[in-house]
Amino acid sequence: MKTIQILGTGCPKCKALAANAEAAVEALGIEARIEKVEKIQDIMKFGVMITPALVVDGQLRSAGKVLSEKEIETLLK
Amino acid sequence: MTVGRRVVVRLVLLLLGAALWWLVYRGLQPFATWFTYDLLKMADGGRLASAVEFFVFEAPKVLMLLTVVVFGVGIVRSFFTPERTRRILAGKREALGNVLASLLGVVTPFCSCSAVPLFIGFVTTGVPLGVTFSFLVAAPMINEVALVLLFGLFGWKVAALYMGTGLLIAMVAGWVIGRLRLERWVEDWVYKTPTGTGQAGEGAPLTWNDRVRFGRDALKDIVGRVWPFVLAGIAVGAGIHGYVPQNFMASIMGKGVWWSVPLAVLIGIPMYSNAAGIIPVVQALLGKGAALGTVLAFMMSVIGLSLPEMIILRKVLKVPLIVTFAGVVGLGILIVGYLFNIVL
Repeated sequence: MKTIQILGTGCPKCKALAANAEAAVEALGIEARIEKVEKIQDIMKFGVMITPALVVDGQLRSAGKVLSEKEIETLLK
Repeated sequence: MTVGRRVVVRLVLLLLGAALWWLVYRGLQPFATWFTYDLLKMADGGRLASAVEFFVFEAPKVLMLLTVVVFGVGIVRSFFTPERTRRILAGKREALGNVLASLLGVVTPFCSCSAVPLFIGFVTTGVPLGVTFSFLVAAPMINEVALVLLFGLFGWKVAALYMGTGLLIAMVAGWVIGRLRLERWVEDWVYKTPTGTGQAGEGAPLTWNDRVRFGRDALKDIVGRVWPFVLAGIAVGAGIHGYVPQNFMASIMGKGVWWSVPLAVLIGIPMYSNAAGIIPVVQALLGKGAALGTVLAFMMSVIGLSLPEMIILRKVLKVPLIVTFAGVVGLGILIVGYLFNIVL
């Protein structure tokens, strides 16, 4: 069971990243919980300065980019 | 194929592409003339003909310039990250910090939706408040889309003037805000926010393939977003070009009208994200007798002072600081506007 967090204050790019993450999880057929982190104080704990950012199991994996479904799949494997 | 061979093949393709681009670019004006007067058989000197020729020439020209520059800037930006910029700026003395922050604001990837995390990330790790503001002024004001449009429609002199004076405003405005010691108007929780190091996102060093991909992504993202505005703006500009009488604007936006500069700045503040559409309109107005200083002030206000960004920054700044920020930058723009109206 993986935990995927999408950091972002609700801009269109954050939504796009969340959608790609959901698609990637589905394509891989793994169990994962996707959670949106929208409070700025919580986002800052990860030291992120550009949103959207992607965190997998507490590890920051990318910031400032809408990763494609494929790229997220590689990150999750 | 060996790596060396592949690099050579790519360089040759790049050169061929550049040559083709240049040929097409040079052929746009003759094509527009041929299209308007030979193909559509419009009467020379007619209003509609003038508008059509303007659009057929300017629209592909600006889009072609935009493609090349956005791709190039995307590659340049892959060398900069907000983390790296922050490391350079942290602990710098004020004057030097303001200069560096303004220059880095131009090349660091930035989107106004990230203004808040960026602001917190900067001020909590030792970047002085005024230096942070220099960055926040320069980053949106001097962007590649604005520069391409200015270069394409007004020529390199106006683009350089815009960039030079824009940088100067960012440096001075940030320095002034720093000198005013306004830290008390930053929301209290900001300085108490625990921030991580922001290292994890960097990962392995980028290869040239990654950088090219970075440029391509920027191209898709930016050009994909602004092209309708560019076309709409050029269409309106074409209409003005063909139908508005010569010197019509002289009485409204001309040199002799003292209130035109402040009015241009005020109108510009709520107009945001339409910069791509506004510049071609303004260019057409300039041709009808508007003064360059007024026009520059208007564009800086549209692009550099945006209402949505101020609303976003309200999360971390108290109202007096936002007002001071807008006031100092606005004043800088006013001075630039008047200066050019007097000098030119």
